[in-house]
Amino acid sequence: MASERYSFSLTTFSPSGKLVQIEYALAAVAAGAPSVGIKASNGVVIATENKHKSILYDEHSVHKVEMVTQHIGMIYSGMGPDYRLLVKQARKMAQQYFLVYREPIPTVQLVQRVAAVMQEYTQSGGVRPFGVSLLICGWDNDRPYLFQCDPSGAYFAWKATAMGKNYINGKTFLEKRYSKDLELDDAVHTAILTLKESFEGQMTADNIEVGICDSTGFRRLEPSHVKDYLANIP
Amino acid sequence: MSILGYNGGAMVAMKGDKCVSIAADKRFGIQAQTITCDFKKVFDMGPRLYVGLPGLATDVQTVMEKLRFRKNLYELKENRTMTPEVFGAMLSSMLYEKRFGPFFVEPVIAGLHPTTHEPFICNMDLIGCINQPDDFVVGGTASAQLYGMCEALWEPNLGPEDLFETTAQALINAFDRDAISGWGATVYIIEKDKVTVRDIKTRMD
Repeated sequence: MASERYSFSLTTFSPSGKLVQIEYALAAVAAGAPSVGIKASNGVVIATENKHKSILYDEHSVHKVEMVTQHIGMIYSGMGPDYRLLVKQARKMAQQYFLVYREPIPTVQLVQRVAAVMQEYTQSGGVRPFGVSLLICGWDNDRPYLFQCDPSGAYFAWKATAMGKNYINGKTFLEKRYSKDLELDDAVHTAILTLKESFEGQMTADNIEVGICDSTGFRRLEPSHVKDYLANIP
Repeated sequence: MSILGYNGGAMVAMKGDKCVSIAADKRFGIQAQTITCDFKKVFDMGPRLYVGLPGLATDVQTVMEKLRFRKNLYELKENRTMTPEVFGAMLSSMLYEKRFGPFFVEPVIAGLHPTTHEPFICNMDLIGCINQPDDFVVGGTASAQLYGMCEALWEPNLGPEDLFETTAQALINAFDRDAISGWGATVYIIEKDKVTVRDIKTRMD
């Protein structure tokens, strides 16, 4: 195909050894909506801002917190459309694993496979890197997991972390607040507080989204449930 | 005759008390003509995991190699040993992938769970339909005779020594009534801390 002749990879090394395309992707993430994830002793929580530009938006119809399998869920900072593609791929990979091994995919395995997809988009021709960083949380082996996946394909296991706008402040806040014997309820509280640190305007149950994962599996909290947590915040 | 019975062979696996057995004959023939009496059909896939592959000899070896490949890759990728259940599911999906041009093998799996040491046996047909009873499984050209022998000899909670005797007698007396299997047999007794392999003398006619 003639078009393939010009499908060079856009991600090429600069003379100083940097991949600027990936740095731009990370910049897109850092400009995106903030999100946080915290691992507790009995589960893990992920939360993100879901602010709308106009009051005419119908909230709670498009979600940022998505379930991948019974025991794995994820959120993102960055570009929504890129995220949805990764969610679709992640779900497919999880089901493919189940089909072969008749056993739910371990969180680590899913993260590795999603990261491999993201890496592929940094080395292929005719594509651009993903403009998202993911937070993937899961529960298996009787313990919680929390991972971050970057556009470069790098992934990290966190006890707690923040991404997106103001992520440095978020991380500093978490460093002060985190303790390893945190209970899930406290972790949800801390996650919301971290979002509130950099929140512009009034935080309501309609402009944040929270997902939790424990031994019973992953679920997105209903706005009414989020409201209860917000009530405990000054 | 079906291509599954081209080379002959008989196989059985039994559950005991904290142990499992798997046994197979050693004949490799081309229809009624016997070629060798030292043909390997049971393979180790881990310290306490064995798979027996009765059927077309060429596919026996191909499937064994493919299984070893996929199992090794899994254990490297996931940094954990494969459980017999997962091994069975993987083999089943591997066989069903070739639904319309199958490998002519009817696998038998026997093993202990790597951590709980729970006994596990199962067998499947050539397109991977799993059968997982809690007494015994059979495979190969003498399967009808083996069903009869196992029904008569097997009892629950056999210890390793009794399980060996039961398995060996069931196999020998089954394949003595089958013209294309027999000519020596091997019995594997799998226990928590050891695997005993015994080659047994049988009629050679």
